[in-house]
Amino acid sequence: MSNAPVDHGRRRFLTIATSVVGGVGAIGAAVPFIASWNPSEKAKQAGAAVTADISKLEDGQLIRVEWRGKPVWIVKRTPAMLETLTKFDDKLRDPASEEPQQPDYAKNTHRSKKPEIFVAVGICTHLGCSPTYIMKDFEAQVEGMPSGFFCPCHGSTYDMAGRVFSGVPAPTNLMIPPYMFVDDTTIIIGEDEGTA
Amino acid sequence: MFKNLMSWIEYRMPFMEKMNLHVMQYPAPKNFNFWYFFGSLAMLVLVNQILTGIWLTMNFVPSAEGAFASVEYIMRDVEYGWLLRYMHSTGASAFFVVVYLHMLRGMMYGSYQKPRELLWIFGMLIFLVLMAEAFMGYLLPWGQMSFWGAQVIISIFGVIPVIGDDLTLWIRGDYVISGATLNRFFALHVIALPLVLVVLVFLHIIALHEVGSNNPDGIDVKRENNGEKIENNVSDKFTFHQYFTKGGKKIIVDAIPFHPYYTVKDIVGVVGFLFIFCFVIFFAPEGGGYFLEPPNFEPANPMKTPDHIAPVWYFTPFYAILRAVPDQLFGAIFMFLAILFLALLPWLDRCPVRSVRYRSTLHKANLVNFCISFVALGVLGVLPATPFYTLLAQIFSFTYFAYFGLLWFYSKNEKTKPLPVRLS
Repeated sequence: MSNAPVDHGRRRFLTIATSVVGGVGAIGAAVPFIASWNPSEKAKQAGAAVTADISKLEDGQLIRVEWRGKPVWIVKRTPAMLETLTKFDDKLRDPASEEPQQPDYAKNTHRSKKPEIFVAVGICTHLGCSPTYIMKDFEAQVEGMPSGFFCPCHGSTYDMAGRVFSGVPAPTNLMIPPYMFVDDTTIIIGEDEGTA
Repeated sequence: MFKNLMSWIEYRMPFMEKMNLHVMQYPAPKNFNFWYFFGSLAMLVLVNQILTGIWLTMNFVPSAEGAFASVEYIMRDVEYGWLLRYMHSTGASAFFVVVYLHMLRGMMYGSYQKPRELLWIFGMLIFLVLMAEAFMGYLLPWGQMSFWGAQVIISIFGVIPVIGDDLTLWIRGDYVISGATLNRFFALHVIALPLVLVVLVFLHIIALHEVGSNNPDGIDVKRENNGEKIENNVSDKFTFHQYFTKGGKKIIVDAIPFHPYYTVKDIVGVVGFLFIFCFVIFFAPEGGGYFLEPPNFEPANPMKTPDHIAPVWYFTPFYAILRAVPDQLFGAIFMFLAILFLALLPWLDRCPVRSVRYRSTLHKANLVNFCISFVALGVLGVLPATPFYTLLAQIFSFTYFAYFGLLWFYSKNEKTKPLPVRLS
């Protein structure tokens, strides 16, 4: 053993330097543990956004695409259908879409980015059945309303913006998924400008 | 022979020394009442949860496909599976009953006050871990309320600005609650959190034994030894560990050894507790729909929301506060504050007198206010959020928080009664 006097400054420096390097190592070692909680590749694949081509969508037509195991509707609404959206506010449970059932950009009268293109998750908010799209003859359900969505399970009714009518079992408007237009005829469901 | 074995061990590990320190020669105030049962009962329930929990994992299948069916298998086909499961599920509710009463005891007798602040903080950490443990355990049967309750609770994290959405995604490990979520909750529920819980309980007891137990009179049983003779001191009859007398510098007044006096007394508490506990297990294992909620007898279905989602009863006081605030973010903040203020009690209460017995009428009224607010919020948290109930929840949230504000305000110059010199 050497009898040289203890260099306290040097000892402190070495102690701090060792602690810092050790600390960085500990943070590095934590990465795999924390990252392993992120969705796995399998989960990401199953939850990935889906692309739909709407170039052949005709006026009034509804197409379905599957996103995260749920049916997503894309409807091209006619001007006549859009007109009905302002007329029945007093019969709707949540006409202004106050409930957070849609992204902010769909919190408007037509509940969509483009007024004519309506995108919604086609699952009744009551007990998860998929409502039927009634293009004509919806008057049998709601007087004066030519078209809308009708859930065959328990009779819940929604207007052409997926807003639920009062006095039916469903508590909230239909869910609007995040989506964005890549161009005029291509739409991505499950991803928008905010998440992309 | 036995004596030789003991001294062989003692030479290598201080077993009897530690037993004496913490059990046989540990001085406990002589005036503990029934409120002092709940600490040992919490330990009993912890043992029950660990033991029945280990046995349940032997037949439980932690996957979205297998979980619900495996619980039904345990209930129907495994011998005594129903009993093990009901002991575990009833144990969860019993845990919160005894812990809430244990905390109320601390509040009544000022057990959080100096020098027991750290002891109280460890207790609050145990409470937090216990809530996480219970929440994750409730997802495991994969019933409707498991799924939707978890959905509601996890979405609370989603209100945190900027990182909220990514945080909920990270917690779930999927875009919706799925098998991935179930599996990680299972791992945390059966391994990680129980380990943390046991360590915290150990620290809680070490911290308790360092500062000594408080008592219903809130006065100290360890005093400076100034050579004065103390009359009728029951402690004179017993030997206490020298750690507590500090080699004669301290004198112990009106305390008795933990064993056999309080071990035997706690057995009485255990018997009383088991009467009630067994009654619930055998005659009302679902606790009237409050311990096991009716929708949970249906498998989880992400497509179908139950009509009314209510968390299990022990979360409802905090859930009611969450719902009472119109803004989601502030609701979550207030719910968090409701727990944080409890943890801060040692610093909010500035009164030098500990026990409610010798404190002002105002303080007594305030403590009653706290109890009423807590219970009322608990009831409101179960009920659907109609405008009237929401208004009530807002009023009781206000009175809940008012307890802490008022306490801080009046406790500094509180008009207290004179403290007794000796334990009554």
